Amino acid sequence: MRLINQRPGHSERLVLGAMLFVLLVAAYLIGSDIRLSENPDDKLLPSLAQMGAAIWQLAFQPEQRSGDYLLWTDTAASLARLLGGMTISALIALLIGIPTGLIPRARAAFAPFVTAICLIPPITILPILFIVFGLGETSKVMLIVIGTAPYMARTVAQAVADIPQEQIVKGLTLGANTWQMILRVVMPQIMPKLITAIRLGLGPAWIFLISAEAIASTGGLGYRIFLVRRYLSMDVILPYVAWITFIAFTLDWLLLLYSRKRYRWAHLSGTAL
Amino acid sequence: MSYVEARNIWVAYGAVSVLERVSIAVERGTFCTIVGASGCGKSTFLRVLLGQEQATRGAVYVDGQRVPEEPTSECGIVFQRYSVFPHLTVLQNLIIPAEFGAAPVTGRLFGRRYARARNAAMAMLGHIGIAHAADLYPAQLSGGMQQRLAIAQALLKQPKVLLLDEPFGALDPGIRSDMQVLLLSIWRETGMTIFMVTHDIAEAFRLGTRLIVFDKVRHDPQHPTAYGATITYDLRLKNGKALDGIATPHLIETKTAEEERATHVLSLSETSRA
Repeated sequence: MRLINQRPGHSERLVLGAMLFVLLVAAYLIGSDIRLSENPDDKLLPSLAQMGAAIWQLAFQPEQRSGDYLLWTDTAASLARLLGGMTISALIALLIGIPTGLIPRARAAFAPFVTAICLIPPITILPILFIVFGLGETSKVMLIVIGTAPYMARTVAQAVADIPQEQIVKGLTLGANTWQMILRVVMPQIMPKLITAIRLGLGPAWIFLISAEAIASTGGLGYRIFLVRRYLSMDVILPYVAWITFIAFTLDWLLLLYSRKRYRWAHLSGTAL
Repeated sequence: MSYVEARNIWVAYGAVSVLERVSIAVERGTFCTIVGASGCGKSTFLRVLLGQEQATRGAVYVDGQRVPEEPTSECGIVFQRYSVFPHLTVLQNLIIPAEFGAAPVTGRLFGRRYARARNAAMAMLGHIGIAHAADLYPAQLSGGMQQRLAIAQALLKQPKVLLLDEPFGALDPGIRSDMQVLLLSIWRETGMTIFMVTHDIAEAFRLGTRLIVFDKVRHDPQHPTAYGATITYDLRLKNGKALDGIATPHLIETKTAEEERATHVLSLSETSRA
């Protein structure tokens, strides 16, 4: 049988799926072991025990000066910025994207502008944000919004434009006004696509968050990583990266779960991501 | 004045003519079937009746009123695909017309008014034979059931005219004939005026009380899109047979155009020989 027709069984799929993770961890542990046996003070590839100890310290021992449990305060600060920024982005995407996709006058007004805004590299706006909004929370949230909202607005506008014309005409013949059309026909149909846009937007959002925190902050996951970099504290950086990855994965999974539950109709046919 | 009247309609997109000199008067309660080759403007004619597209020249009247420049609930429509809302269950698809009518701001009905709309929807579901599927989404229905739902949804607004654009084009033959029976019984019950585009000539004869054929009668070999299609046959039917085959005057032109083309081709070949 040719390779493209050979399908792995359930257990084989699990093994194949786990393989690369196991290989990565094994390679790290071997490398770490070699370096540490040569030099017990090596900081580059800390052992699992060292990383565990460092994280235990950050997660369950209050910091001496502030009394904070740093892992959790960092996580809370970063999540508040990330979720705040993405919520604002999603609202902007709906407010701009739906009229752009549905109403010809709004399309004429918004489409060129949004396209142009999309092309500004968001990071170049960061200094402006710091100057205008100061170094506080606003500029970090704003960076996430500026970085993700235009793309999400375009995605939403495209999703609205992709609704078959038949649906719109059908709505008109059933007596819908423009507002009812948005509320009952357009918005519910694009919500699953908005959720997909949020899931895809979370990637860039993390980058903007970590960048903003690295440059000017007093807390947050990105701040911590860049702070301890000065001391070559790989035993903190590596678990933090794993932790961020885990949070990102969980957010993505929760959004997919929500979409499946709330918009079951959209997941009936085909295979959504 | 007839119930539905098209007066000398022309439709052109820039230099591309789609319809020309289309005039027809249809009495109330007529089941008018429309056939013709692909791309000859049958669906365009339907969209003009609906108000979705505007005729470049001429005008359409329904019940004495000029058709407005956008679709309204005066005309119901069923398309071949995408006719029902995929995000609503079968029942919700049938409640939403009432909600559009009665709730301009929220788009939703609550309490007693919702219960009344729901009852009407359930009655319609039973009537159309899909009551068992009330809580399913359209994607979970067969093609035939989806079209049943689409027709039921269009009927709820009690439109003056029902337009059907190849509604059974994607269905199996067995299902198709079930749907034809259903449509005929609805038509007899409501006495509604129906325009139905179909590719299936047998279907057109079986269902219609009037059959019109769209075709191009003028051709320009150098510019195939220069002329649009028009009504070339207009037959009154009874029990699937033509009563009085009225060929419109255009039909005579057909011959002349064909002859013209033939002579033109002849003269060309003669020139090339010389």
